[in-house]
Amino acid sequence: MTPSIELDHVTKIYRRYGGRHFATLKSALLQRSMLRDLQPQETFTALNDVSCTVAPGQTLGVIGRNGSGKSTSLKLVAGITKPTSGTVRVRGRISALIELGAGFHPEISGRENVFINGIMLGLSRREIQQRFDEIVEFAELKDFIDAPVKTYSSGMYMRLGFAVAIHVDPDVLLVDEVLAVGDEGFTHKCLDKFGEFKRRNKTILLVTHSLGLVERFCDEALWLDHGEKRAQGDPKRVIGAYMTDVERQEEQQLAAIDAKAQHESAEPASQPFAGPSDASAIQGDMMQATEGRWGSGGAHISDVLLLGEHEQSTHVFHTGEPVTIAFTVSTVKPLSDFAFGIGIFNAEGVCVYGTNTDIEEFEPDTLSGQSTVRMHIEALDLVEGTYKLDVAIHRRDGAPYDYHRLLYTFRVKSRLKDVGIYRPKHSWTFSPSIKFRLKP
Amino acid sequence: MWSNLATLTRYRGLIQSLVVRDLKARYRGSVLGFFWSFVNPLLLLSIYTFVFSYILVNDEKRTQPYSVFMFCGLLPWTWFSASLTEACGSLISGGNLIKKVLFPAEVLPIVAVLSNMVHFCLGLLILAGFMVGTGHYPNPVNLPWFPLVVLIQLIFTTAIALILSSLTVHFRDIRDLVSNLLTFWFFATPIIYFYKAENVQKLKWLFNINPFFHLSVSYQEILFFQPENPGDTFVHGHLMWLLVMGAASCLLFLLGYWLFDRLRDSFAEVV
Repeated sequence: MTPSIELDHVTKIYRRYGGRHFATLKSALLQRSMLRDLQPQETFTALNDVSCTVAPGQTLGVIGRNGSGKSTSLKLVAGITKPTSGTVRVRGRISALIELGAGFHPEISGRENVFINGIMLGLSRREIQQRFDEIVEFAELKDFIDAPVKTYSSGMYMRLGFAVAIHVDPDVLLVDEVLAVGDEGFTHKCLDKFGEFKRRNKTILLVTHSLGLVERFCDEALWLDHGEKRAQGDPKRVIGAYMTDVERQEEQQLAAIDAKAQHESAEPASQPFAGPSDASAIQGDMMQATEGRWGSGGAHISDVLLLGEHEQSTHVFHTGEPVTIAFTVSTVKPLSDFAFGIGIFNAEGVCVYGTNTDIEEFEPDTLSGQSTVRMHIEALDLVEGTYKLDVAIHRRDGAPYDYHRLLYTFRVKSRLKDVGIYRPKHSWTFSPSIKFRLKP
Repeated sequence: MWSNLATLTRYRGLIQSLVVRDLKARYRGSVLGFFWSFVNPLLLLSIYTFVFSYILVNDEKRTQPYSVFMFCGLLPWTWFSASLTEACGSLISGGNLIKKVLFPAEVLPIVAVLSNMVHFCLGLLILAGFMVGTGHYPNPVNLPWFPLVVLIQLIFTTAIALILSSLTVHFRDIRDLVSNLLTFWFFATPIIYFYKAENVQKLKWLFNINPFFHLSVSYQEILFFQPENPGDTFVHGHLMWLLVMGAASCLLFLLGYWLFDRLRDSFAEVV
């Protein structure tokens, strides 16, 4: 079967005219550099040797980070830009939902705009006449269709644009991140319409950041990364690979932040640290989410690590995974009054959990030289989000020797988008009269 | 290029509805509405008439009634200059379409030219009114040539509009350059003065290389002047020059379209 969309070793290089953003004819003429200026000084490869095919009736989801070339690929398929090398072949009428209502004129009525927009998208006047009622009904704009478009809210504007574009009856539908328009109900209607397209064996190319949509809706997924094709195939598999890569990247970023904190805490604690030193001041400070480090310097914390299941240092965890917080303590003089504490805060600065060895009734005896402390958390039952960690050694009355405030960051990932802070282990039971359908 | 040129005819419907939209949108919300199409040239005309009939008194007998004479040259000029000014910015203001929709970019400057042509046609009605008012009618023998002049002007204006609009995308200051150049061009063309005046004839060669000279003179000969010898028609007047100009316009149109086509792919990126 001949593919509906075919990209064959497509490369797209955007030219950046270095330092010539606002071209002036005068300077070009004066410097006699017109020809040279028209040569690209800098190039940006938006797509690099990407090949892929989409069979008729298939839905392909294109995923990737910002700037990975998703929208460029869509524009190439739409024919808005031409590839620098390689070929793009598309069979059948294309409708591109890239920018909805791009051709609307604000001064004239919705009705007239529907006609002009439809003609722009390749319909004839009669075809629009036939579909007009359907379009207006779909856009839910019956009462406003004769008002000038400038009086529309942005949601109305988008809905009308969407309605026209979808009623072009294309063979190939290109969708770029436009489902964010309208309310829940409208989004459902759009998805239903896409479903109808699929049943009628139309080809859809969907660019989106909503991985759930790709998983639910697409037959295939294409993952682009920095303009290169990383994977194409079964959506679940491709999304999995993409998620792993995103996590790896996040891990690197957090590690970089952490490395800075580690570097700071590695400095010798010969002088007392600046900052509040009595217990009440610390108490007050707990409420403020300012990061930093302070203490009298009697003991010194370093090498704070978050360890995953296999003792590897990591910054990204999945909900429910075991975690070990490990750090090294060194003292100049032996201490007999000490307690170790940790605190976990979420991104809003809410204390998720805090404890110390004094609260947990460990009686301090002696601490000297260099030693390691490990706190093991059996299951990190937190919802998805970014969390910050406090680590401290202090006297039992709270006066700190060394207090690391919000210096360490980790991220918890979850497949489920549950809300709150804490995710208690739980299960559901239902009486047999309640039935759920399995998600495909 | 040829295939693109051929598809241009497919966009008739699009061009037509865009022209209508342009005209509708322009006067939507103004009290006088479409009437402004008449008021604008009328005001301009009365200013010129006042200046050249009472202040810088024109005693050239052959250009009386002066208001009709001037209007014959002024109308096509307004069409020409307004088209070019609008066409220059058309690709930039329509950037959204070029970047986000598969849209034939050449439609935009063409629409600018055509919607101004509609204004020109409306202006002809005013001209007819003036003719009735002053009792000065064109020679009916010449009138059949009128559509030819309009056609040649249409081709010529479209050609320049294509060139300017595609270059303006890359060099934004063409827009300002053009508006200044048009003022200069206006006075370099015998519109408010008589081309048979002695001083003009002395520099005939200079006027002959001004393409709009041939258009404005043709309009004046067809719509205003009576043949000096009975039996003389436009055919013996400026027709040869006009045909040369027509052929040149067609070539210029091809050149302009070629340039536009060459630069087409850069529009979506630079606009």
